[in-house]
Amino acid sequence: MLSIKKLKAKIDNKDILKGLNLEIKPGEVHALMGPNGSGKSTLSNVLSGKKGYNISGEIIFEDKNLLELEIEERAHKGIFLAFQYPLEIPGVNTNIFLKTSLNAIKKSRGEKELDAIEFLKLIKQKTKELKFDDKILSRQLNVGFSGGEKKKNEILQMSILNPKLSILDETDSGLDIDALKIVSEGVNALRNKKSSFLIITHYQRLLNYIKPDFVHVLINGKIVKSGGPELAVELEKKGYESFN
Amino acid sequence: MKTKFNMDTREKEIEKLKKYKYGFSTDIESVKAPKGLNEDVIKFISNIKNEPDWMLKYRLKAFERFKQLKEPNWQKPKYPKINYQDLYYYSAPKSMKDKPKDLNELDPKLLETYKKLGIPLQEQKRLNGIAVDAVFDSVSVATTFKGELIKHGIIFCSISEAIQKYPDLVKKYLGSVIPLTDHFFATLNSAVFTDGSFVYIPEGIKCPMELSTYFRINASDTGQFERTLIIADKGSYVSYLEGCTAPMRDENQLHAANVELVALDDAEIKYSTVQNWYPGDKDGKGGIYNFVTKRGLCKGKNSKISWTQVETGSAITWKYPSCILKGDNSIGEFYSIAITNNHQKADTGTKMIHLGKNTKSKIISKGISAGFSDMMYRGLVDISAKADNARNFTQCDSLLMGNKCGAHTIPYIKNKNSKSNIEHEATTSKISDEQLFYCNQRGLNQEEAVSLIVNGFCKEVLQQLPMEFAVEAQKLVGISLEGSVG
Repeated sequence: MLSIKKLKAKIDNKDILKGLNLEIKPGEVHALMGPNGSGKSTLSNVLSGKKGYNISGEIIFEDKNLLELEIEERAHKGIFLAFQYPLEIPGVNTNIFLKTSLNAIKKSRGEKELDAIEFLKLIKQKTKELKFDDKILSRQLNVGFSGGEKKKNEILQMSILNPKLSILDETDSGLDIDALKIVSEGVNALRNKKSSFLIITHYQRLLNYIKPDFVHVLINGKIVKSGGPELAVELEKKGYESFN
Repeated sequence: MKTKFNMDTREKEIEKLKKYKYGFSTDIESVKAPKGLNEDVIKFISNIKNEPDWMLKYRLKAFERFKQLKEPNWQKPKYPKINYQDLYYYSAPKSMKDKPKDLNELDPKLLETYKKLGIPLQEQKRLNGIAVDAVFDSVSVATTFKGELIKHGIIFCSISEAIQKYPDLVKKYLGSVIPLTDHFFATLNSAVFTDGSFVYIPEGIKCPMELSTYFRINASDTGQFERTLIIADKGSYVSYLEGCTAPMRDENQLHAANVELVALDDAEIKYSTVQNWYPGDKDGKGGIYNFVTKRGLCKGKNSKISWTQVETGSAITWKYPSCILKGDNSIGEFYSIAITNNHQKADTGTKMIHLGKNTKSKIISKGISAGFSDMMYRGLVDISAKADNARNFTQCDSLLMGNKCGAHTIPYIKNKNSKSNIEHEATTSKISDEQLFYCNQRGLNQEEAVSLIVNGFCKEVLQQLPMEFAVEAQKLVGISLEGSVG
């Protein structure tokens, strides 16, 4: 599904990613762990198409060269980024934003857009499944949301948009243990044979709730070690230093 | 990256029209007053409209005054000197001379023009629940639902017709809010105004439909001087909307309107404007000078006047729809969205004059500037010594897009009453790249993202518009900012 080869990324003439390789198959959950400044967020930005990077190498997503596509075109193809710091958009209700987003993606695929009633039905069902309070829907997007509410909102968006590849950028940071559980359950509920996940995190604790198929250690712009879930436990014990 | 092709002229024209789809012109034979401004031209206008003597006298008196006035120059957007002798002050389709009795007699070209503008005038295709007065250059060409309205005693017709048919009402109220000595452009309008709408809502009547006027400038080298007068008698209510468009021309055209509103005891007038005059091209060539005087008088106690404006067009917008809160407990409101893009300029805001006791005013202004444009909010809150317990709340928010545009806020506050309460809030913000990235990542392209964010910013004002127009206005907000982020 996703194949990254020899990916290098520079910003302001500073090398961040220095030849990264990664393969993700449908239905797999990959965890990417690394210390501060190792290039984790840069990878999620580059995958979703954020401007400002000088990029070489190759990213193939479902036989398409991802680097040729605009940000929204990648979203149309099924790439979703759960933001570390979700943005506030004053005056725009969360459900309006979600409906606009879902319909933009549906339209790009030539599918029928949902009307207000159909959308309401869908969102009610999703919030119920995720055990989220649907009160956030009538509030302005992320405005005055607590850290936990913002992250839950990202997971709700993910479940509505039903992406093929979901990238979770430090979704666990700033969450208390209860919120962490709810968010993890949300992700687990979305796991199936077709959708894949790339979970970016500092800590192993999230992986207690979301069991990854693979764990990768990113240090200084390169994946230095890959393995199964046991690698995360090893990391937690030894720290990143031992991989340097 | 998308490849940009060289476009030939025709394609360029089409591309331009897509951006301003009202930019076409109608090829129609017109009757014009001789070029220039003098007593003969004023007599010509009065004569062609078959006006009574008192009206001509009023015009000439205004013209005498006008000759003594100097053009103001304190506004922020400067413009090249206007040669008032080089303009036509009256232009009307020739076919209107014989006064068509009904739409069947109306020139099909005119019907077609309004159809293209999305304002069908024919009986069977009319907009549901909205009565329209269609003004083309200097004349009103048709007014719909007139018969329906008169059953309720509501008068909705062109001002020219009102001068003929309802002289007592016109004499009583014309110039009662904007005196003919008021200021340069208002006085000019009093001398040469051509057409516009007249509304009278009798005592106790809630107008059962939206009333609206659609102004269209078509002829070149022509100034449009519309005059609108709305009177809401005791305990009545009316919601009125005006829309404006013009062809794309390389020259600047002057639109200097006077709009007067009078609300008597317990009456309410809601006046909404969607102004989409041609803004000029992206290099700032052409476009309308929209220099308008709009003033409402809350004459009676417990009366209310509410202005809502969505200003997206014009090369220069210069206007301050105002409320004079004379009656005790009267309420004035001003909700505004002003958008400037490319080289557009705006100096707009409101004046709230509190004269009566317990008067309240609310000002919500949203200014959005993009491209090389410049936006000024200028507002006056004036509380007189007798206006005990007067209250004002003002909120001015500016949104900047890019780093070549400007936004300015100048609030003037005059308070002569210690028992009053004035609040003023102002913010300035920018659309951040991060916000755009977030929206793009959710599948919205750049234009959809900007439109969504800007509509969110304007929401409080958009909510004030009659439902039928809110959707159109939202789209317009999006279109006006197309190409403003790279």
